[in-house]
Amino acid sequence: MKGRGLATYAVAYLLFLYAPVILLPLFAFNDGTIIAFPLQGFTTGWFVQLTRIEALHDSVFNSLWIALTTAVLSTCFGLFAARASARYRFPAKGGIMGLIMLPLVLPEIIVAVALLVVLLQLGIDLGAWTVILGHVLICTPFSIAILNSAFLSLDESLEEASYDLGETKWSTFRLITLPLVMPGIISSMLIAFTISLDEFIIAFFLTGNEPTLPVYLWSQLRFPTKIPIVMALGTIMLVASLLLLTAAEYFRRRGVARTGAKDSGGFL
Amino acid sequence: MTRQLIELDRVEKNYGEVRALTGVSAEIREGEFFSLLGPSGCGKTTLLRTIAGFEDLSGGQLRIDGQDMRGVPANKRPTNMVFQSYAIFPHLSVGENVGFGLRRKGLGREAMAREVGQALDMVGLGGYETRASHALSGGQRQRVALARALVLKPRVLLLDEPLSALDKKLREQMQVELRKLQRQVGITFILVTHDQEEALIMSDRIAVMFDGGIAQLDSPQVLYRRPVSRRVAEFIGVMNFLDASVGGNGADGLEVDVAGLGRVALDPAQCPEGRSGTSTVVGLRPETMTILFDTSEKAARVAEGSVSEVVYFGDMTYYDVTLDGVAAPVTISMRNLPGRPVLDRGARARVGWDAGAMVLFR
Ligand SMILES: Nc1ncnc2c1ncn2[C@@H]1O[C@H](COP(=O)(O)OP(=O)(O)OP(=O)(O)O)[C@@H](O)[C@H]1O
Ligand SMILES: [Mg+2]
Repeated sequence: MKGRGLATYAVAYLLFLYAPVILLPLFAFNDGTIIAFPLQGFTTGWFVQLTRIEALHDSVFNSLWIALTTAVLSTCFGLFAARASARYRFPAKGGIMGLIMLPLVLPEIIVAVALLVVLLQLGIDLGAWTVILGHVLICTPFSIAILNSAFLSLDESLEEASYDLGETKWSTFRLITLPLVMPGIISSMLIAFTISLDEFIIAFFLTGNEPTLPVYLWSQLRFPTKIPIVMALGTIMLVASLLLLTAAEYFRRRGVARTGAKDSGGFL
Repeated sequence: MTRQLIELDRVEKNYGEVRALTGVSAEIREGEFFSLLGPSGCGKTTLLRTIAGFEDLSGGQLRIDGQDMRGVPANKRPTNMVFQSYAIFPHLSVGENVGFGLRRKGLGREAMAREVGQALDMVGLGGYETRASHALSGGQRQRVALARALVLKPRVLLLDEPLSALDKKLREQMQVELRKLQRQVGITFILVTHDQEEALIMSDRIAVMFDGGIAQLDSPQVLYRRPVSRRVAEFIGVMNFLDASVGGNGADGLEVDVAGLGRVALDPAQCPEGRSGTSTVVGLRPETMTILFDTSEKAARVAEGSVSEVVYFGDMTYYDVTLDGVAAPVTISMRNLPGRPVLDRGARARVGWDAGAMVLFR
């Protein structure tokens, strides 16, 4: 039976996708250091331990502010580039846009090594700012792609109408353009934030002695006794990202409802 | 004599190689309803956007109220525009849309609300202030766009095909309303349209444009009765064209031999200026010719022919009649008055016509 075959495939696919994720909270509350069935008993001890590790807190803090800065910067750059590409014609536009979008398909390891070589040659100390540099580089193409579609779906005559009604170019941007591309801006920030938060290779190469969370976690995996703590941390991040996604979708839908556009489906 | 409000002096606009406007000269009067009529791509929108200040001139001069507009940006010109897409700000309410341009005028909250209310009343949307603008119908959006522009009391309102997005019924209703509104506010309206009927219905004067230039600028009646060229005549309504050869000037005017109709004498008003040569074309509108149904009916001149096509429209019947000695049929429109028969294809017909309705082309 064809229908049953497809259904089995779908179930197997979803299982493969989500079973590891479900294991995360399972072992985070498991009272045992070995990650294996049968489960030992319920404990919240791993979470308590989490709160006591200073280096972990530092890396979480590092990651958060690196991700936030990356999100803001790449969204700003994305705004300029998307605006230029959607509204203006200039020589070699195709080539320039192509080069800006290239990091999207460039292997991260190449970006990371190249940046490292250049930074060392220039004698710049590695640290959070060099990680931000690398992350902005890989996040900006995503921001441009998202914002470009936001600008393209914005009717140009709306801006002209505002200008015609006496506003200046700048106040038109603030009063009309910005509110209407705001859903795009929020999406861009969220995507850039998420990419930066879990990016490993570039962070690993450029982080110096201020590790980001992924780099710190990787260093802890060498100690088997720490693994349940990592599981606990993973659980917290899982819940946090679910909340974040829900919030993002809520704002997106509200934006769609407010401007009366047809809902073309979001991420959720 | 009314004042000239807008003076266009050999206005040119090039987009790279494309010559969108090739030296447009015209004067638009204070308080008139002016239309730019022409086929797609003839430069109507370009001319309108030039007046609005969205496009720079490549050559020539544009004056509004006697003042040269070179270097004056759109937000500083005494013009406002109603866009084809209406450009209603979707994130603002109806009231906020209409009040958008007022915010810079430094009015108090109450004065502003009053102005917005009056503008909405004027377009028949009184009490719609708090409505979300994306929940409006096409006709309502159109009205909001009008109110938003008119509330600023511009010297000139520019409208780029404002009715083309509406269905036929609503469009016809809005044509009449727009005309009434223009009379009521007394502001100069410049309307872009490619619909000749719309232009005839609404305008005081019409500029017919082809290929980036104005072919004729006249009142609807003159434009319809005395088109200056065959191209203008074909663009506005239906016209029959008959080959003709010009003789000399006689006592009653220019003597012309018209194929199928015979010799006529035309008044100078019926002839274009600077015409030369002998072989030419004359035009006759379908409604200026009649079918004489019985022998007692009289007409200034009569010709004979046979009916080659009949199209029945209910109130009107359109006949294609092949006049004896002419290959191409002429179209004749007849009102279906009570007791008047409808001829069949192939029937013989007597055609009444009047030389006074003829136009001679170059
Ligand atoms: N921004 C532009 N860049 C290049 N060419 C343009 C531009 N805008 C208009 N044109 C060209 O100028 C000519 C006149 O265009 P315009 O939009 O004024 O025509 P229109 O009379 O309004 O036609 P329609 O009835 O189709 O709107 C056209 O050949 C068009 O291709
Ligand atoms: Mg146009």
